[in-house]
Amino acid sequence: MSDAADLDLVPAIATRREDALSGLSRMVSQGLGWARKFSLFQYPFVTACCGMEFMAVASARYDLDRFGAALPRFSPRQADLLMVVGTVNCKQAPILKRIHDSMADPKWVIAFGVCASSGGFYDNYATVQGIDRVIPVDVYIPGCPPRPEQVLDGILLLQKKIQAQPHKLIDRLPPGQPGQG
Amino acid sequence: MSKAAIQRLKERFPDAVTDPYEGVGGDAVAMVRKDRVREVCRFAKDDPALAFNLAPYITAVDFLGSDPRFDLVYQLSSTVHGHRVRLRVGVPAADPRVPSVVEVWKGADWYERYCWDMYGIRFDGHPDPRRLYMYEEFVGHPLRKDYSLRGRQPLIPERVVDEAFRGPGPAGRD
Repeated sequence: MSDAADLDLVPAIATRREDALSGLSRMVSQGLGWARKFSLFQYPFVTACCGMEFMAVASARYDLDRFGAALPRFSPRQADLLMVVGTVNCKQAPILKRIHDSMADPKWVIAFGVCASSGGFYDNYATVQGIDRVIPVDVYIPGCPPRPEQVLDGILLLQKKIQAQPHKLIDRLPPGQPGQG
Repeated sequence: MSKAAIQRLKERFPDAVTDPYEGVGGDAVAMVRKDRVREVCRFAKDDPALAFNLAPYITAVDFLGSDPRFDLVYQLSSTVHGHRVRLRVGVPAADPRVPSVVEVWKGADWYERYCWDMYGIRFDGHPDPRRLYMYEEFVGHPLRKDYSLRGRQPLIPERVVDEAFRGPGPAGRD
């Protein structure tokens, strides 16, 4: 048997093995996605007037708890979802980055309101023109401030995104690779 | 009432308090010489007929192109007599140093730090002359008229984004 024929066989076997594993891991991934999208522990990084709208959407009338995103954790290490609510200026940007860095994976970020999304009308010497210049963002919610319905729509969008993402039971980086962010 | 207060200040300091007029809102306004500020303020607070025990706001105005370039504005108020006056102090750009009035009104502390931060006016004798709003790494004074409107000085590296066209308005100014 020549080496070439040997090499030809290997991918075929590996593909079948991967098929079998990927079917399982897809089921696991979907299950994990389902679990994760309905238990978003959020860290509210509230800096400005959008915070009032955040309170409205978090409290009884609009009730974020219906979507499993009600429990604010005031430690970034316990949070999955970083909600940046309000204007972030250059002085705060290192703080925001540090909070995002100290969140454990998997983590998602929502830019709540137009200031967090793009700087809004604060196109001036002090304001970061959108938090995506500092940290990655999953969902942008426009509005000044956004209506609670918009926020709920943003949460639903994020849930869709989380469900569609690949999830793993054990997600380790290869050794020697520095952490993300 | 506030006119009488300005009159009294003017009688006491004929060479330091000049040009009284009625400002916007009906408050009496007078110009004060820069090096006599603390003396005038001390008198305005301690004199029983004036008793300006509050300095609710101290701020500055940048009149770029005129001389003196800056105007420090001291808004004084008395809870004893219920009257108010406004004192204006011209500050030249070449020597933006003014005696601090923190020893007169403790509350002037942050206002003077604000004026240093935003306009670059130094206050001699201030106990804690740091910036108030901006960070220590910030270079320049953002509310000066010759500071660029979008002169951002980020503390951490930011993702580079091509400038979007934001339509007419102040954003297109510089």
